[in-house]
Parts: sequence; structure tokens; C-alpha cells
Amino acid sequence: MNEKKDEKRILSLLVDNQPGVLSRIVGLFSGRGFNIESLCVAETNDPLVSRITLVTWGDTVISEQIKKQINKLINVIKVLDYTGTSFVQREMALVRIRAKPEHRAEILRTVDIFRGRVVDVGTDFYTIEVTGDEEKINAFLNLVKPIGINEIARTGAIALAREKQ
Amino acid sequence: MFVIKLSGAKILLKCLKDEGVDTIFGYPGGAVIDIYDELDRTDIRHILARHEQGAVHAADGYARASGGVGVCLVTSGPGATNTVTGIASAYLDSIPIVVFTGQVPTPLIGNDAFQEVDIVGITRPCTKHNYLVTHVEDMARIIKEAFHIARSGRPGPVLVDLPKDVMSMITDYKPVKELKLRSYQPTYKPNIKQLQKVVQMIRSSEKPLIMIGGGVVLSKSATELTGFAKSIQAPVTSTLMGLGAFPASHPLWLGMIGMHGTYRANMSSGSCDLLLAIGVRFDDRVTGKIDEFAPHAKIVHVDIDPTSIRKNVPVAVPVVGDCKVTLELLNALLKKEDLGDINKRHKPWLDRIREWKDTMPLAYKQKDIIKPQYVIEKLYELTKGNAIITTEVGQNQMWAAQYYHFDRPNSFITSGGLGCMGFGLPAAIGAQIAQPDKIVVDIAGDGSIQMNIQEMATAVQYNLPINIVILNNRYLGMVRQWQELFYDKHYSCTGMEYAPDFMKIADAYGASGLRATRPEEVESVLKEGLSSSKTTIMEFLVEQEEKVYPMVAAGDALTKMLLV
Repeated sequence: MNEKKDEKRILSLLVDNQPGVLSRIVGLFSGRGFNIESLCVAETNDPLVSRITLVTWGDTVISEQIKKQINKLINVIKVLDYTGTSFVQREMALVRIRAKPEHRAEILRTVDIFRGRVVDVGTDFYTIEVTGDEEKINAFLNLVKPIGINEIARTGAIALAREKQ
Repeated sequence: MFVIKLSGAKILLKCLKDEGVDTIFGYPGGAVIDIYDELDRTDIRHILARHEQGAVHAADGYARASGGVGVCLVTSGPGATNTVTGIASAYLDSIPIVVFTGQVPTPLIGNDAFQEVDIVGITRPCTKHNYLVTHVEDMARIIKEAFHIARSGRPGPVLVDLPKDVMSMITDYKPVKELKLRSYQPTYKPNIKQLQKVVQMIRSSEKPLIMIGGGVVLSKSATELTGFAKSIQAPVTSTLMGLGAFPASHPLWLGMIGMHGTYRANMSSGSCDLLLAIGVRFDDRVTGKIDEFAPHAKIVHVDIDPTSIRKNVPVAVPVVGDCKVTLELLNALLKKEDLGDINKRHKPWLDRIREWKDTMPLAYKQKDIIKPQYVIEKLYELTKGNAIITTEVGQNQMWAAQYYHFDRPNSFITSGGLGCMGFGLPAAIGAQIAQPDKIVVDIAGDGSIQMNIQEMATAVQYNLPINIVILNNRYLGMVRQWQELFYDKHYSCTGMEYAPDFMKIADAYGASGLRATRPEEVESVLKEGLSSSKTTIMEFLVEQEEKVYPMVAAGDALTKMLLV
């Protein structure tokens, strides 16, 4: 096993749903020189608890340190590391694509293949919603890029563990 | 149930009484005027510092000398920002203090009001935890949590920000009986399987070394440690923060380890086959070049804070737990274990260490100018090692650590992690208030004493017989030493030619001033100063270019020492 190899980690943090908690976590990452690739926060079914899904990377020593440091924060209830476990992961992108008449059919076909949806139609642009894991969204973006992407809004990844069989 | 209606300020003071607080270090101001109005009606003693940084360092010194929690109260804005250095120092040294800061009234927060700063935001990375109280109903719970968090687990500073309007709001006061902190449960009891592994490693070790740190002091486990070292016949070294937790008069004592560690302690770390690290965090000043630190040793690391473990060095057996509980359990396990003739097995190792000690003891060359090391040796002799020593930061701090031989925990109070100049005088004030019958000495340099010299007024106001030993070399000595050794004697901005006349300073503050300019005057000045019941400055004009040795250059292996 190569301890020094950087790898991507998907962490799911259950935290107190209070002001300032996100700032503690983000501040910890910047203060200690850890990386954040993406971050998603929202309330859970328990209104006192929020879930933060955070994608980071580093070697095993750094990842262990990141998890321990987050765990040390008083407002962090639980740190789950989904890396190497069975979990489902999604992110969403809204993509505004230049929709010239000659490209419209191709756009709709691609959207259909990726099980996306057209959520806004104008005279010049279509806005597409597409969900999936990071690779799927990247694949979609690569396909529509030559057609002309005007703007993108992407969520970070969210994830949940699969039910234990 | 019996319920009473109280203001926020009254609840605060009631909660402080419940926590056993009898002394507060502070400085009043507009945002905390309601609290001061109530404070004056209680029997809690308020010590008026002359600068908020001084108040926090004093609370820090008080916490260390008393073994309890230090408390500090300051106003909003500049009062709050002035506490940051003190808080950071307490954070890096894991000292339990609770800092209460005033805040502008809640409707004004975020409006850039007069004396408003986001102190909770500012101190987030240098507190163990912090709070902004926005509802008076939360006061009692937050104060209880603040004290609990400050003193439990790996201790540390907690800040509570108190908006002015919340202090005058009235609510039903219900004492908080139980804490509900589901996300904060420090591990005190270590995994017994890990300890069994440790025992096996001790059994097979030929050259064990115990390295202790501040964790042993904080967990009050000096007795358990001494028993442990004796039963396994292993030599003991300590980081700066652990000094005193193992008696320096003990035959197994090696002296301090690290950048200015003793020759035998640093050499032992290079040769040991088992390093039992207890309550340390492997600071870079301790390890030197990390790849060459204890290269032949399996490392056992005991610490209550899991983040300390494997942060800087790879560890063979991690033990997460309180040092005291861990040592008690280890001692119990060892009692049942037949270690064979451990004295005989470790004899070659201990003999080798003795050789290192004999060939390279801590040393300096005596001359007809006062040597700073000589002053501290004499101080040790005259106080019979019974004083509480606080230090400033730099050469004075290292000489104090090397030449005052600490036998008891909490007798050496220094800003270790942050290395904060200006710490010693206010810390001495806190220590003297916690231990009124002890001799308290601040060992200072002519540079660092000037960083919080205003606290002379505090010491004199409360009739504290603190002794301030200024080792005056007319330089910022430690930086000058680096410039001499590594920057071709390019003494850029380290000259202190324009220091004040410390005798006049003492006089102006109503303290005593004594000065020694020649070696034969050292003893009489110390004797006179130590026997005085007044705050006393003892100034020693020492050799200007004296250096702290041994020294390991930053980034070098510990065994690569520059010697006298």
C-alpha cells in the first residue's frame, strides 16, 4: 500500500445545525492547508442536525488527520468516510447551452441519453438539468462543449451509504 | 419548582460562583459595564490588569499554578482583540481558561458599531471552542459548557462573547444540572489491548526512553509517571512543557530534549529502541529533522487528543487516553508482569547515557562578566528549587529550562507553543495570586520584559512579592544568536541599546530595583530581592554575546548539536 499516494475522499459530516459551524469546518481546512474540492450543506430530517458532504484529497496520513481534526470540533457529531465503501453519490449541474436551430435536435438527444431535462427554453439558449456522479456530468459537459456552453452551475457531490446487505 | 428572575449579568456571576471561580483577571469597558456593576457586589476578586493581553496571560499563569481554570473578563472591540495573543498562547499550551468578552448590543451586531469586532470569528482557530450568547436563556448552559470544555479532555481556552443588551435582559434562572454535549466525549480510558502491546514492547526493549510533555502536567500524573519509570528502569526526558512532571533530582532524569536539549537526552533519542512518548505532540522544536528523529525506535504515543497522534511522526502503537489513567493501568499491568532482571538488562544503556552526561554536561565558561546561566544556578540554589518560575521567551527561557532543575509539576510556567514574549510578568502575577505563599520568579530578558512591562502596576497594586530577574544583554538575544551562527553576524535590528533604566522603572512603579554588574554581586542581589516582600526587579548585566548551548540548528537531526 502506498501511504503517500493522494486519493480523493468523500466525507459525510453530521453537525449541529447552528450558525458558525460551517465556518469552523471551512476555517479548519484553510488554516491547516487541507483541500476542499466540493462542499454541500443542508438540514437533515432532524432539524437540529445538518449534513455536510465534503470531497477532499490527500494521502492516507493527511486524510486521517483531516478526519480527526474535524471530529475534534465540538459541533461535529459524526464523521463518515465513504471512500472505499458502498455508497450512492450524486451531483447536479445546470447548464445553459447555446441552442442554434441546427443544434437543437442534437442537444435534446444528448439530454435524453443522459436522462437530463430541459428546464428553461429561450430564443437563444436551452438550460439543462443533469444529475449523476461527477464522471457522468463531466461526460455530458464534454459532449455539449462544442455546441457552446454559456454558463454552468454545479452542486458539489452529495452521498449516502447504501443499506447494508 | 422555585424559579427566580435574574439579569444576564447576575446569571453570569452566579454561574461563575457555581464553577468555583474566586478570582477574575480583567479590564472594564463600555460593553461589560453591567457585568462590572454586578461583579463589585459579589465576593469574587477582580484583578485589574493594565492591558487585556496581561489579563489573559495572568489567567493562564493562575490556571497553571492552581491546577484549575483561569478566568478573564474584558470589553468588546479592542479589549477583545487584545486577548487574542494570550488566547493563542493558552491554546498551543492546552491551558484551561475561559475568556469573557463584551460585545455590542445584539441589534447592532454586524453594523460596524463602536468597539465592535467579530471576536468569535477572530478566535475560532485559536480557541478550543467559542460562543456568542444571543439569548439570555442560554447563558447558564453556555457557561457550564464553556468551563467543562476548557478543563476536560485536552484542555484549552474557551471564549464567550456577551452582547451588552443580553446582560441586562431578565429571564427565569434555572441552574443547569446536566450537560448535553453529544458530540464531545473525550476518551480518558485507553484501549487495554494497546497497553498490553506496550507491555510486550517494554519487555523486549534493551534501550527504552520515556519522553514526557505537558500532558503529564495537565493530567496531574507526575506520581504515576515516576512509578512507571522506576518499575521499567527507563531514563526520562521531557519537552519544555513537561518540565517538573518528573523530578530533575531523580537518577533516571536526562534533562530536556530538543533544539536546546541536553547532550544525553538528544543522543538517547537517536539511539533508543523504544520511545514511550507520553502527553507530547512532537513539535518541530522537539523533533528536529523529522526523518531522523528516533530512527531506531518503535514509538508508543499516549495522548488524549487523537489529532496529536501520527500528525508529525509515525507511531507503532497509538494510545488514545488520559496520561494519568493510562499510566495507572500500565503500572497495574506491569505489576503482574515478570520483567526479569530489568536493572541488569538496562545497565549497558544507562551506563552509556551516564558516559554522555560525563563527557558533555550542560556547561558554560565562567568569566569575570556575569553569565546568565550562573544567575539561574544561583537562583536555584537560593530558592532550593522551590520557586515557581515563569519566563519570557528566548534565551532567558531556555537558560531557565536548562539550569533551574524542576522537581514538581506546575513549577515551570512558560509560553511553550506560541513562544510569546511578554508572557512571564503577567503569568507571574497569576501564579502569585494562585499560590500566595510561594516564591514566584519571572526570568526575563531586557527585550521581552518590555512587552508587558505595564503589568508592574498590577503587581504593585496587589502587593505581590514577585521577583523579576532581568538578564540584560542589550540584545534580543535569541535572534542575535541565530544571526551570529547562521547569518554571518549580521545583527539586523536586534540591538537593544535604547532600553530604559530598569531601576528607574522599578522606582516609578513603586517597586524595588536591584542591579548586579559583576559576578560577585549576583548572590547578594538575589538574596536581597528574594527576601523582599515587595515586587522587585533584579537586573543582571550579563555577557552580551552569550549563547544557549547545546543547539540543534532548525531542520537538523537532534543528534547534530552545536556545543560550547
